[in-house]
Amino acid sequence: MADNNSGFMSNPLVKWIEYRLPVFSTLDHMVGSQYPTPKNLNYWWNFGSLAGLCLVIQIITGIVLVMHYTPHTSMAFDAVEHIMRDVNYGWLLRYMHANGASMFFIVVYIHIFRGLYFGSYKAPREILWFLGLIIFLLMMATAFMGYVLPWGQMSFWGATVITNLFSAIPVVGEPIVTWLWGGFAVDNPTLNRFFSLHYLLPFVIVGIVILHILALHQHGSNNPLGIDTKGPQDRIPFHPYYTIKDAVGVGAFLIFFSFFLFYAPNFLGHPDNYIPANPLVTPEHIVPEWYFLPFYAILRSVPDKLGGVLLMFGAILILFLLPWLDTSKVRSAKFRPIYKQLFWVFLLACVGLTYAGGLPPEGLALVIGRVCTVYYFAHFLILMPLVGWFEKPLKLPASISEAVLKTEPGAAGSKA
Amino acid sequence: MKTTMMRTILAAVVIGFAAPALAAGDTATPPAQKWSFNGPFGTFDRAELQRGYQVYKEVCAACHAMKYVAFRNLADPGGPGFTAAEVKALAATFEVTDGPNDAGDMFKRAALPSDKFPSPFANEKAARASNGGAYPLDLSLIAKARVNGPDYLKALLTGYTAAPAGFALGEGLHYNAYFPGNQIAMPQPLNADQVTYADGTKATVEQMAHDVSAFLMWTAEPKLEERKRMGFKVMIFLVVLTGLFFMAKKRIWAKLH
Repeated sequence: MADNNSGFMSNPLVKWIEYRLPVFSTLDHMVGSQYPTPKNLNYWWNFGSLAGLCLVIQIITGIVLVMHYTPHTSMAFDAVEHIMRDVNYGWLLRYMHANGASMFFIVVYIHIFRGLYFGSYKAPREILWFLGLIIFLLMMATAFMGYVLPWGQMSFWGATVITNLFSAIPVVGEPIVTWLWGGFAVDNPTLNRFFSLHYLLPFVIVGIVILHILALHQHGSNNPLGIDTKGPQDRIPFHPYYTIKDAVGVGAFLIFFSFFLFYAPNFLGHPDNYIPANPLVTPEHIVPEWYFLPFYAILRSVPDKLGGVLLMFGAILILFLLPWLDTSKVRSAKFRPIYKQLFWVFLLACVGLTYAGGLPPEGLALVIGRVCTVYYFAHFLILMPLVGWFEKPLKLPASISEAVLKTEPGAAGSKA
Repeated sequence: MKTTMMRTILAAVVIGFAAPALAAGDTATPPAQKWSFNGPFGTFDRAELQRGYQVYKEVCAACHAMKYVAFRNLADPGGPGFTAAEVKALAATFEVTDGPNDAGDMFKRAALPSDKFPSPFANEKAARASNGGAYPLDLSLIAKARVNGPDYLKALLTGYTAAPAGFALGEGLHYNAYFPGNQIAMPQPLNADQVTYADGTKATVEQMAHDVSAFLMWTAEPKLEERKRMGFKVMIFLVVLTGLFFMAKKRIWAKLH
């Protein structure tokens, strides 16, 4: 038995089950007292468990919403209004699901930027990083298709714009778009397949999340210092230390979520999606949900359609090369004086892209979009390899416990 | 009957309304209004919603449908607060098509509280045919389908002015500073004393526009009060819970050193 000093594990029923199915010891090894964790994780490390929570919220609210929704072009919009008006707490479910998608992206973006800052993608965590990126790609596909389901104006025109991107592919582009649509325009077959896939993909995400956690447990969490744990003095059991720390994060996150959910449920949405889809009326300005705006800005920064599409997908695919584009052996930006500055410039470029993506591609917005697009790629392709070579990193501490005791005597929750 | 109503409205005198002078094509920003439903503790003003319903019924409903709202909703908590008996009597003044009956025929009957508001036109083509080609939108969700919906609606309803000099107004269109493109097919719908409020409130254009805009916010977001009320309870719960988690975290981590 894995955990000998726990009263819970000596319970006769628990022992009986454990003897036949080692579920308790398995859990204990995954997120319990038998999972050793660096003792210096700061609150930025909360966003992994928060992302898991978001996924669970989306799946549960989604499954209940499906019980009341009808995936048909002539009924989908009405079905959503039925949920909002006549289903008990339907408004709560739908607003949770719609805002939950935004929350999921906020959490995952912070999770990704945390990984970028502290070098969590470096050896031996490259596959962990890849799995995270695959989850991110699946999330984008799922969110895009989910946004189509209410069949409002932005649903319809967003679907039209995004599926049309594939027409940029030479020779086979048009047939591919027809194949995606299931017809010659975005119509009922499109809505039906998006609904089917929107229900499927979250469970694929669950599968990849399990692999993501498996890969994480192989070498354990990275930490704000970016150095490996050297022995028991550097580690603490996940439970109770990080279960309770994650609980604090969950509470704070739910307060943030509830603010939007109860007081500004439509703030992150677009008013046009309360207009039923109309293939004959194009909205003045088609924009995707806010979390796609940086990529939308990259797409529209390129005057050539195929070039824009390639660059947009390239913006995500380039992240797969990051473990090799970053030539520095030091993980944490804390000890990398130049990279640390560049990280914030990169973040600023991403904010600039988000801003530019929300405006029509003309004038200043187009200039900002283009400058930020160039910087986005230059950051990865030019700056990361060069800085890794030329930067002189600060001296790394000998061990986590040494650094923790030196900088923050008496307080364990290091703020890095 | 509907066309008579339309003509009456069409013939109505355009009242000069204070609006900033704008270049052709500029859309004015609707001024922010004070709404009873704003803020974390906002609620709808029952009397205001009842007056708004009256404006909707007597003016807007001549051309605009509201297909997501049922008569029974008028008695729902967080709404205009009509009683069940009032709603029943009110619904009975409308006629709806039902059927088919056992003989296979559609028939007319008095509306019941469970019926949705009957639409003024059978379909979009009929609506366009009666409105010079323009389509009066369904108003159920209009307050959420526009940026700052209630502010915009009030500004639009009170924003009819004579077109500035040099503005080329299309035939059958009307100048409105707040409408995108400044040319709107809908003639000025509200004129002073157009309705006689049951509660004796003076029916100025400003008053009617305010009431009906609030009413349209309610039809778009009928669960607003329930949402904000629940939100407050959830927030209190979460703040206490997070506080407890935080204190527990401090105690547990204190053992580390």
